[in-house]
Amino acid sequence: MPLTQEEIKELTRKAWDIRKAIVDITYTCGGSHIGGSLSETDVLVALYYKYLNIDPARPDWEDRDRFILSKGHGGIGWAAVLGDKGYFDKALLKNFNKTGSPFGMHLDSLKVKGCDASTGSLGHGLAIATGLAMGARLRKKDYRTYCMMGDGELCEGTVWEAAILASHHKLDNLTAFVDRNGLMIDGMTEVITTLEPLPDKFKAFGWEILVVDGHDFAAIGGAIEKAWAIKGRPTVIICNTVKGRCVDLMENQAQWHYGGLNSDLRDQALACIDTHYKGILG
Amino acid sequence: MAEGMTWSVTDGDKLTQAEVYGEVLSQLGDRYPDIVALTADLATSTKIGRFGRKYPDRFINVGIAENTMFGLAAGLAQAGLRPVVSTFAVFTALRSAEQVRTDICYQNLNVKIIATHAGISFGQAGSTHHCTEDLAVLRSFPNMTVIAPADGMETGNAVAASMEWPGPVYIRIGRGFEPPVNRTQDYGYTIGKAITMKEGKDITLIACGVGVHHALRAAEVLEKQGLSARVINMHTIKPIDREAIIQAVKDTRRIITIEDHNIMGGLGSAVAEVIVESGKACGFRKLGIPDCFSIVGYPEDLYHHYKFDADGIVETVSEIMRMEIEEDEDWEDEV
Repeated sequence: MPLTQEEIKELTRKAWDIRKAIVDITYTCGGSHIGGSLSETDVLVALYYKYLNIDPARPDWEDRDRFILSKGHGGIGWAAVLGDKGYFDKALLKNFNKTGSPFGMHLDSLKVKGCDASTGSLGHGLAIATGLAMGARLRKKDYRTYCMMGDGELCEGTVWEAAILASHHKLDNLTAFVDRNGLMIDGMTEVITTLEPLPDKFKAFGWEILVVDGHDFAAIGGAIEKAWAIKGRPTVIICNTVKGRCVDLMENQAQWHYGGLNSDLRDQALACIDTHYKGILG
Repeated sequence: MAEGMTWSVTDGDKLTQAEVYGEVLSQLGDRYPDIVALTADLATSTKIGRFGRKYPDRFINVGIAENTMFGLAAGLAQAGLRPVVSTFAVFTALRSAEQVRTDICYQNLNVKIIATHAGISFGQAGSTHHCTEDLAVLRSFPNMTVIAPADGMETGNAVAASMEWPGPVYIRIGRGFEPPVNRTQDYGYTIGKAITMKEGKDITLIACGVGVHHALRAAEVLEKQGLSARVINMHTIKPIDREAIIQAVKDTRRIITIEDHNIMGGLGSAVAEVIVESGKACGFRKLGIPDCFSIVGYPEDLYHHYKFDADGIVETVSEIMRMEIEEDEDWEDEV
């Protein structure tokens, strides 16, 4: 069922909070992968506040949907969402990156409730997600597995190994996302190593392909629901996004893959985010 | 099958290590309905295919994609299953080292790995298929237990014991055409507990894998020369049986380690760490592959070439027996 206008507004308000939390944590923690955390935010918000079948009070509930952030460097954005959902006291996030904290820039599944896999080394998540999806079949469980990859991550050959396996086993309980912000650390993906035509590549590997604006909740939600209905193959939702989304000085800037914020930059970033959302929500 | 036993293999002492584990694993399938067996196009070579024939629904051949296989195993373990993964040692310890470390060990997952063709046991295949680094690599991964069984029976015991051992376990076996050292399975195998195969008072030979066979043969020769060699089967490299090593230092003051592995980082290094930390004087030598890419050849020729067969061990014993073991405080003559 398509999202209602009210639901879209709710998700938009939530994305506003999460983006501000990402900026705040980046300020207190000394530096984060802020660009990619801001590009992935809307997909995470759609999943966690609307589509995932989860219960933060029972993080180990065996029938829960699984989410793997294969682009593990987006951990700060993921942690902001998990904290807001109540997996842990979000006040703990002020210790992000601090010595002895459970929260480092790549989340640790043994330390962070709600984190289904320790990721950060690129190219690992899709194989783990494939295991979870096959595990659901073997254990006759109805949960779904979601996996978000970065676009630069698609250079890793292991992504395509796992893509072959998931389609061979017709894993229609697996949905992958590509956070297609077009940038990797050293610059544009298409300048460094061409990824396009990306949909054709996934298609050749036997996947269903949906391409959406990764900042449009109606489009993201529509694609997720469409993927639920597709039988006999896994689906990849290629989400066209903007690295550093909502913060003018960071948008589409590869150098904001990772960075720290002083109080001036933090205030500037928060003001940008407020302006953006006030413009949408009034 | 006798009461209390979880597996039973007829003529297990005449089978290769892989043949025994393939059979044992398929017998454990009923007892552990959560076992899922994984291969990367080596179902026949590793013998994990035997499980697959019995339980086709719990058997996954991922194709030639080891990295994905180990990642998949992590996901299956997180889904509540008990994955058993088998491929060649070289692909486990080197190609997929990161997946084993990060996906499996970092998350302390219940994944059991049976790595075949370890060391130079696939001698004719050359260094692309030899693996003389796996013990060094795998024992440096936190949470990982590392086992090198001496023969087929011990492989069966190790595989069965690993099912009740928490966390990831790495079991490395050879190609397995060497004579067995155990005729039966019933000799009290426990992970982490070394087995004294032969008592001795003049020197201790600490071995793992095929090295145990060579050590026993060497001990027979030494006996005829009037030397009493203790032979310890150190099947578990990690956690290592410190007590057995310290006792050997105390009783014999001379130790030689024997392993089908680079002499750097494997059993010899693990034993050396214990000896040095003990602060006790001990004559010590490591036998194995002397930090080189091994030549091509039949395994038995290579063991001889690299001097960790019986002849090589006896030769090193005669060297070390001539060594004066310093027990005084006077270091003037050492510098």
